[in-house]
Amino acid sequence: MAARGLRLGRLLVIGVPMGWLLLFFLAPFLIDFKISLSEVRLAIPPYAPLLEWADGKLVAMHLQLTNYRYLFTDSLYVSAYGYSLQVAAVSTLLCLLLGYPMALGIARAEPARRNLLLMLVILPFWTSFLLRVYAWMGLLRNNGLINNFLLWAGVIDTPIQMMQTDFAVYLGIVYSYLPFMILPLYTNLEKHDGTLLEAAADLGAKPLAAFLRVTLPLSVPGILAGALLVFIPVVGEYVIPTLLGRPDQLMIGRVLSDEFFANRDWPVASAVAMMMLVLLVVPIVAFQRLQNNAAHAR
Amino acid sequence: MPISSRALAVSALALLLAACGGKKSETTPAPAAEEPVVNVYNWSDYIDTTVLEDFTKETGIKVNYDVFDSNELLQTKLLSGKSGYDVVVPSGSFLEKQIQAGVFQKLDKSKLPNLANIDPAIQTATAKHDPGNEHAVTYFWGTSGVGYNIDKVKAAMPNAPVDSFAMFYDPKVIANFKKCGVTILDAPDEVVATVLLYLGREPMSEKAEDLAAVEKVLLSIRPFVREIKSSGYLDDLANGEICVALGWSGDVGQGKSRAEEAGKGVKLQYNIPKEGAIQFFDMLAVPADAPHVGNAHKFIDFMLRKDVAVKNTNFVTFASPNAAARDAINPEITGDPSIYPTPEVAAKLSPNLARSQEYTRELTRVWTRFKTGK
Repeated sequence: MAARGLRLGRLLVIGVPMGWLLLFFLAPFLIDFKISLSEVRLAIPPYAPLLEWADGKLVAMHLQLTNYRYLFTDSLYVSAYGYSLQVAAVSTLLCLLLGYPMALGIARAEPARRNLLLMLVILPFWTSFLLRVYAWMGLLRNNGLINNFLLWAGVIDTPIQMMQTDFAVYLGIVYSYLPFMILPLYTNLEKHDGTLLEAAADLGAKPLAAFLRVTLPLSVPGILAGALLVFIPVVGEYVIPTLLGRPDQLMIGRVLSDEFFANRDWPVASAVAMMMLVLLVVPIVAFQRLQNNAAHAR
Repeated sequence: MPISSRALAVSALALLLAACGGKKSETTPAPAAEEPVVNVYNWSDYIDTTVLEDFTKETGIKVNYDVFDSNELLQTKLLSGKSGYDVVVPSGSFLEKQIQAGVFQKLDKSKLPNLANIDPAIQTATAKHDPGNEHAVTYFWGTSGVGYNIDKVKAAMPNAPVDSFAMFYDPKVIANFKKCGVTILDAPDEVVATVLLYLGREPMSEKAEDLAAVEKVLLSIRPFVREIKSSGYLDDLANGEICVALGWSGDVGQGKSRAEEAGKGVKLQYNIPKEGAIQFFDMLAVPADAPHVGNAHKFIDFMLRKDVAVKNTNFVTFASPNAAARDAINPEITGDPSIYPTPEVAAKLSPNLARSQEYTRELTRVWTRFKTGK
């Protein structure tokens, strides 16, 4: 009786997230995959059905792999994927370089001050993300606050072009995603046993050596979690590069929206999305293996 | 406060019942019991909102009013089906495709007595999008042309051809404005048609050689264009961030007023180019699966009423198709040839017709190459 109750409990515990994933990940994924194999047409919805039924029998099946082939016939898609990955990788690195010292600082602060510092990290979320990006536009534009101040102070005579540059994109992304790096890093660093560092010091390690040989290796899971939380959403980022970025360098999110809205081509848009998913699955699998290896090593 | 919230719920229910009862007694032969609601989806800043209050006051029908800022967005909602909207306002070239896709129902003209107010010339023009004017009525119309900052353009190029598409499509001219800033509408079909007008070719041509010629022009001017966008350029013009924009006509009236609000002494002007221009019609239509068809017709008929059209036109400063209203509209608007063009200029306007799916794909490729400069 007790064993059965336990089994039921386990089933429930696993069942809820599984059901969630089925409903909100697998089902949309399959729908998307189906659309990516169909043909565009002028109707509601704007693609042809994959299967044709007549008298309860399957009459025809129209599978179109052309949508995927199409992605390789034009250099646009490959270059957009490449640029997205580049932006995501560089932003992740920048977030790590900025976020690690901050997370470490918060974790080593007095317990009473930690909550305040954490609050400061989370505080920007109280304002809409879109509003904050617009605020950056107000700061960076040629007629904006920064340029006007520098002009007034006599540091420059012509405004510095900051909007529509890679600089603006990286600034916007790093600013927006930094908390996603800090929070998992903090959770990891905060759990470290302080006596390990004392032991290292007793055995003659300088603070830097202790950090490199004790703290850093122990924080790898936190680094990986933070890196994924930044990397994955940045690959598909649409708003920041559209508002702050160069018009001559497209990220995949923009290409996807153009296919969907401007071309009215849902099948190709779905194919672009599927390819993006493939690109993202690779780092996730790599992460899983790293974590497994780490677990085995212990 | 559980008691008061329950009391609130009860009184709300009572009000609802009263409202239903009231409606029934007003319109005795209520065809089907349609709830007194109409869901409207319109362009942003495209109505005098007091008109909505007047409509509710007169008919007892509540208006759920929602806005969009691109045809592509509206189209995506409509093509997904079951949008829930009763009245939507696509532009002609999009409406044309959407009618073919079966998105709209035919209007019941017996329920639209104010249709008589519409200028027959406009009806003839829009029949190219909607044969027989069966599915839609024009709400406003306008053109795309040269919007610019008078002082900045004069400073950058004293004898600038401000009445010509050469402002954008002649590399020698547009090069002068690179520093003060140029934006182009992010409306591929419309902009490509204006390049064809500039080249003296048929604006609705789908010939490959014409598109190639357009691409050559667009790539040659790309280094001088700061941004390609359809919204936000108004504010950029108004606060001096840019000096020239390929923009939509009526937006300039709003841009002017925003420049005045900003109080920086920015003076804006809009010109219809001498080469001609692309004319767009924004049209009121009822989706085939609209939940409140009767109310949708009442709403459209209200928009076509003379006094309502006057109020709206004075607010949005686009050209109204309402012939009956014309004399009552603010003469500053009807007298502005950039909004209400002279007959000679009007003769040179061509409608933006829908293109084939194959051509749209080619066009989008060209457009993406233009945007990316590759």
